[in-house]
Amino acid sequence: MLSIVRRKVFDGSFTAAALGQSLQRIRPAIAAARSYSSAIKEMTVRDALNSALDEEMSADPKVFLMGEEVGEYQGAYKISKGLLEKYGPERVLDTPITEAGFTGIGVGAAYYGLRPVVEFMTFNFSMQAIDHIINSAAKSNYMSAGQISVPIVFRGPNGAAAGVGAQHSHCYAAWYAACPGLKVLAPYSSEDARGLLKAAIRDPDPVVFLENELLYGESFPVSAEVLDSSFCLPIGKAKIEKEGKDVTITAFSKMVGLALKAAEILAKEGISAEIINLRSIRPLDRATINASVRKTNRLVTVEEGFPQHGVGAEICTSVIEESFGYLDSPVERIAGADVPMPYAANLERSAVPQIEDIVRAAKRACYRAVPMAATA
Amino acid sequence: MATAFWSVNVIQHPRCERPSIASRKPSSAFLGSTLKLRFNPPSRSNFGFSETLRKSSPISAISDVFEEKKQKSASSSSSLLITKEEGLEVYEDMVLGRCFEDMCAQMYYRGKMFGFVHLYNGQEAVSTGFIKLLKKEDCVVSTYRDHVHALSKGVPAREVMSELFGKTTGCCRGQGGSMHMFSKEHNVLGGFAFIGEGIPVATGAAFTSKYRKEALNEADCDHVTLAFFGDGTCNNGQFYECLNMAALWKLPIVFVVENNLWAIGMSHLRSTSDPEIWKKGPAFGMPGVHVDGMDVLKVREVAKEAIGRARRGEGPTLVECETYRFRGHSLADPDELRDPTEKAHYAARDPITALKKYMIENNLAKEGEFKAIDKKIDEIVEDSVEFADESPQPSRSQLLENVFADPKGFGIGPDGRYRCEDPKFTEGTAHV
Repeated sequence: MLSIVRRKVFDGSFTAAALGQSLQRIRPAIAAARSYSSAIKEMTVRDALNSALDEEMSADPKVFLMGEEVGEYQGAYKISKGLLEKYGPERVLDTPITEAGFTGIGVGAAYYGLRPVVEFMTFNFSMQAIDHIINSAAKSNYMSAGQISVPIVFRGPNGAAAGVGAQHSHCYAAWYAACPGLKVLAPYSSEDARGLLKAAIRDPDPVVFLENELLYGESFPVSAEVLDSSFCLPIGKAKIEKEGKDVTITAFSKMVGLALKAAEILAKEGISAEIINLRSIRPLDRATINASVRKTNRLVTVEEGFPQHGVGAEICTSVIEESFGYLDSPVERIAGADVPMPYAANLERSAVPQIEDIVRAAKRACYRAVPMAATA
Repeated sequence: MATAFWSVNVIQHPRCERPSIASRKPSSAFLGSTLKLRFNPPSRSNFGFSETLRKSSPISAISDVFEEKKQKSASSSSSLLITKEEGLEVYEDMVLGRCFEDMCAQMYYRGKMFGFVHLYNGQEAVSTGFIKLLKKEDCVVSTYRDHVHALSKGVPAREVMSELFGKTTGCCRGQGGSMHMFSKEHNVLGGFAFIGEGIPVATGAAFTSKYRKEALNEADCDHVTLAFFGDGTCNNGQFYECLNMAALWKLPIVFVVENNLWAIGMSHLRSTSDPEIWKKGPAFGMPGVHVDGMDVLKVREVAKEAIGRARRGEGPTLVECETYRFRGHSLADPDELRDPTEKAHYAARDPITALKKYMIENNLAKEGEFKAIDKKIDEIVEDSVEFADESPQPSRSQLLENVFADPKGFGIGPDGRYRCEDPKFTEGTAHV
């Protein structure tokens, strides 16, 4: 398991207002050590998700949670801790191990007026239910010409964990993002987790909410505004975590953390990297990405999933379509190795992007190193 | 010769496990996989209510409920199963279904309708028998063979025909098509192309009824959901998953199997280890009933009980209706694999002629009233075709509409504003 990083120095920016803000402000590095700050609290992603679910369930009685082990077990990853005691078994349902069946039941309940949150123990298991996510949820508003909307959220951990093998480590961002009618979100920090999950539950369309198991235990500073129960982030807007002027690095979920660390290393070498936390894979915030590339003229996309037909491929094409003349170097694409995830710890490390890979790619984009043959 | 088949069903079939078979008349038509016989017709085709119950095996303990009813009706066999008004309503609904589907075939061959069209001829008794007992708030979930379910539930013929023609006045504005009939107003929750897909969705709608009653405290919410699906679907995993959860949580749903013996060209007997589908209900803790689906009055009786159970909160029921589709699987199916004798046998049991015969024999209505209804339906169907013909096709700007309920889902355009705020977005000129 990767060590949990306590973010002592928060070098970044966060949104001033919840909705509709396109300007991001940069705060200078704040020492967010708990003993010093009183205004800024820290919250783990797990607590962020739990509190978001709790608040949305108490605000709207039509919201209910269903999935394996969400009730008495307090959640396979303890995300739904305490919810069963608070809301009772009618609203927090432990299901049998029948993804196709219970996902379909969630979709049917959404058709008929409720707002389900369906939890997959990991998104790998969603493949057993993918027919319902795509065919009965994503396409229904269209097929019924607006009569039947499906206000459902499918959430769960996505992507690689540590040492869990090939069948438990697949990243589904590109799969779901390819389908019209779905919205696909991938939070990174606690603020993202809270704001995006609330937005997803309030959204009238099907939302696929891709969490990350290794981020659940990580703490991030959260302002009082984030802790407010009406806090919500807009779907479809990316966040510029750190502004820069030499190269744009896009990432989502866990890779944002790695990209930020890579940015620190690059800064020491004189390369100022702009880090974009995508937050929303579908719809992709092409406007922000392109505006950034037009400023920096170089792009590195980072993702954990498989490279072919991945999120990076889509971003690269989008930039070529809209900002080709602004590119000073070819787009660098960092993705997971094009192999089923191996089990051995050292092999697993080389199958997933590491900080060095991002640094190397950024340097290549800035012509600061001899170009290497693409690593697997 | 046809009669040779009739006599065979008296034989005690080796696969039959029922202990008291010797003391009862052979019941179910589906007694296994003799190669010569692809079907086993029932012994009589009259409307005696007792026929239905002999087909419910003693294996299902809960179907004793039906056994009791049998005693009652046997003793009062002179009382009729239906009143005149109900009978004419049922007749009209079945004729609407039949006429509409025949018109669909005509329109298809004239090129007005296209794609996949699956017709319901012959199975009207099931749709009418069940759906006419529902309230408007109750839900129906169906498969791709859904035109008649939509019509029975109350969607106007004009809207269904327009939808089939792909016009913007259709019930789904031409965006759904033959296989995806949705109506929020009449609670028709689809129309699904994948077999088995509708069953969990129906179970979810039933779950919503129960949730409303218990978690939202709407004490009078007793909406029932009907899930219609075929024999092929009964081998699909989702079917079993939902039988389990519906029984586990006692959901107000009725699972209606329209067993027409054929899944495209695959005979039910060739694809199923135990072809008696009603038996699968008790395995999950719910009653399983087998009924003659060519007889609308029998279907109606069983439906009343099953829907009543669901409304009272007693949980789900699995009803297997033995029925038959007179046409092929779809209009593109040449229908070469089915035995013509089998088709003739079921054609003789046409539910519409049977109901008419019953009502005339029992002096409920006269020939003239039926003719009037036939004429009325003809006019409705002709009118729906005219309406559909004259309706406009969807405009190009409709292409991008209704993908999301919240169209911000299309994201932010190059100018930094949400795409949907751009007035040109749905005129087909925006960059997709």
